[in-house]
Amino acid sequence: MADTVLQVAGLTRYFDVSKPWLNRVLEREERQFLTAVDDASFEIERGETFALVGESGSGKSTIAKMIVGLLAPSRGTIAFDGEPMHIQQGAAMRNLRRRFQMIFQDPFASLNPRWRVGEIIAEPIRTFGIASGAEVEREVARLLEVVGLSATDAGKFPHEFSGGQRQRIAIARALSSKPEFIVCDEPTSALDVSVQAQILNLMRDLQDEFGLTYLLISHDLSVVRHMANRIGVLYLGRLVEIADSKRLFTDPQHPYTRMLLDAVPDLALSGRRRTPVTGEIPNPINPPSGCAFHPRCPHVMERCKREIPLSRPTATGTAACHLLEDAPVA
Amino acid sequence: MTTPPLLSVRDLVVEFPTRRGTLRAIDKVSFDIAEGEVLGMVGESGAGKSLIGAAIIGLLEPPGRIAGGEILLRGERIDSLAAEPMRRIRGKRIGMVFQDPLTSLNPLYTVAEQLIETIRTHIDCNDREARERAVALLDRVGIPAAARRINDYPHHFSGGMRQRVVIALALAAEPELVIADEPTTALDVSVQAQIIDVLKEICAERGASVMLITHDMGVIAETADRVAVLYAGRLAEIGPVRDVIQHAEHPYTQGLMGSIPTLTQTSSRLVQIPGSMPRLDAIPQGCAFNPRCPHAMERCRRDRPGLLPRGADREVACWLYEAAEEEVRHG
Repeated sequence: MADTVLQVAGLTRYFDVSKPWLNRVLEREERQFLTAVDDASFEIERGETFALVGESGSGKSTIAKMIVGLLAPSRGTIAFDGEPMHIQQGAAMRNLRRRFQMIFQDPFASLNPRWRVGEIIAEPIRTFGIASGAEVEREVARLLEVVGLSATDAGKFPHEFSGGQRQRIAIARALSSKPEFIVCDEPTSALDVSVQAQILNLMRDLQDEFGLTYLLISHDLSVVRHMANRIGVLYLGRLVEIADSKRLFTDPQHPYTRMLLDAVPDLALSGRRRTPVTGEIPNPINPPSGCAFHPRCPHVMERCKREIPLSRPTATGTAACHLLEDAPVA
Repeated sequence: MTTPPLLSVRDLVVEFPTRRGTLRAIDKVSFDIAEGEVLGMVGESGAGKSLIGAAIIGLLEPPGRIAGGEILLRGERIDSLAAEPMRRIRGKRIGMVFQDPLTSLNPLYTVAEQLIETIRTHIDCNDREARERAVALLDRVGIPAAARRINDYPHHFSGGMRQRVVIALALAAEPELVIADEPTTALDVSVQAQIIDVLKEICAERGASVMLITHDMGVIAETADRVAVLYAGRLAEIGPVRDVIQHAEHPYTQGLMGSIPTLTQTSSRLVQIPGSMPRLDAIPQGCAFNPRCPHAMERCRRDRPGLLPRGADREVACWLYEAAEEEVRHG
């Protein structure tokens, strides 16, 4: 049953944030590293939507960039359909690249303002040799209609469109190479809610129509809840919990997941008592020892300050918390 | 009943003269804010939420100008004041919290200098007293070790802490009204919840009213007493938060509420409003929402609906409800 499209194992990425060499020598400082992603492992199955949630600085976008090959991992492996990436060169890599695409957050920055929409969408079609000659134009027209725009829009420039329409263009471009897997990095966070609803509905329709697999990166828990089958929660570069979407929202295992759920403003006006959220995300250059969440955790124990908790299996996924070892959180 | 509300905005019109004609960004908006009340102002980008806030505190960017209507603070007109008396109201009687805490704090001065300056401008006290007040204020908004951190520069603080400093700054002169324009939009959810709590508590404590401008219905639901929904520079609906959220009456509000994914419901599709908000130079005749409205009638394309009273504390600008009212009257 498990038809894994993407397998990520032990993915880690450091960034060198040291001062320049001369400063280090004069000020007697060590090199400094920021661990943006630390030992992340997960799998994405065909046809599902896997979401990564976390606050700013939790490493969501860094993972997305490594998966699409915009950044090289410091450690760990990414395998697409069983084939390891980053080792491959030339034609094999090119063939692999066609099969996954990315949609970015800011539709104002991701489209070249000097290119007409038709050219923006046609580029991957030509590059990957999917069509040629007059067929390209027909394909562009078809894609524009698939995403709810009109074929005549191909002759316009990006600035003639609103934010939501631009995001539709970005989606049309992502679809143009006929991919199986799309990484969506905050696809709607620059949009108003009513436009967001249009784009989320479109993404769902396209998934049904083309059997797409999504990796959805978002900070918005309600968007994630609406779209995802499975969810991974990131905190300071570590995956603290992975669970089925329903389970995560009804029965969160990790204290951080609970805190995050508690922090979401309540539209239902149920008047629930929320645990007050405390503290802020610490500086990732000097993360806390042991479990990175321990300074904010209501259940902190002595052990949490010393040992990094390992991921343990839960009902529908994994969670990394020392509490889960003995008994479930009360 | 004769005491005027704290803030009263009557038929406010804000216009931008451009080479291609005058754009009307705010079109006859009226609302009141009562003593100690939190009024949420919600709308999508370009609806004019921030302009209303800017118009109230007299900080409209030229060429934008108030072209009609009046703004009354405790019954006193403030929209026609000269620069100097307006400057005394701003900060002293109306405090402000903006979206981006980095741009509302001066990076070249310590937090202490900025707070003390604000306090001494508006309140008669000496440096030492002002400093004590400033420390107490920082402590109240939840800055740990306030007495020490007050000497830090804004860049020493994280985003959430900076927004706390901005709230302290807005409340330094004990204003009667705080205008908070997207105070939590730049922050992460876990920090957002803390900032909302601080803002709510501290304003309640001091009896300050709040006009909370945001695009986030969730924040409004958690914070506001009443909510005003803005569409294309006009009020679509205004009423108690619970009523508006659970029983939205204006078709735009209904669409807006349906388009928000929630943590509790799981329907496979979100309600979507077709199209997008009109540009200022292309606002349709009649009701601004009519091209996107599922209930649009002949009349909606012709006449603009005014705010119709619905119950004690609620007004809706939609012809649907006038028809209903007439039926009740005749039947």
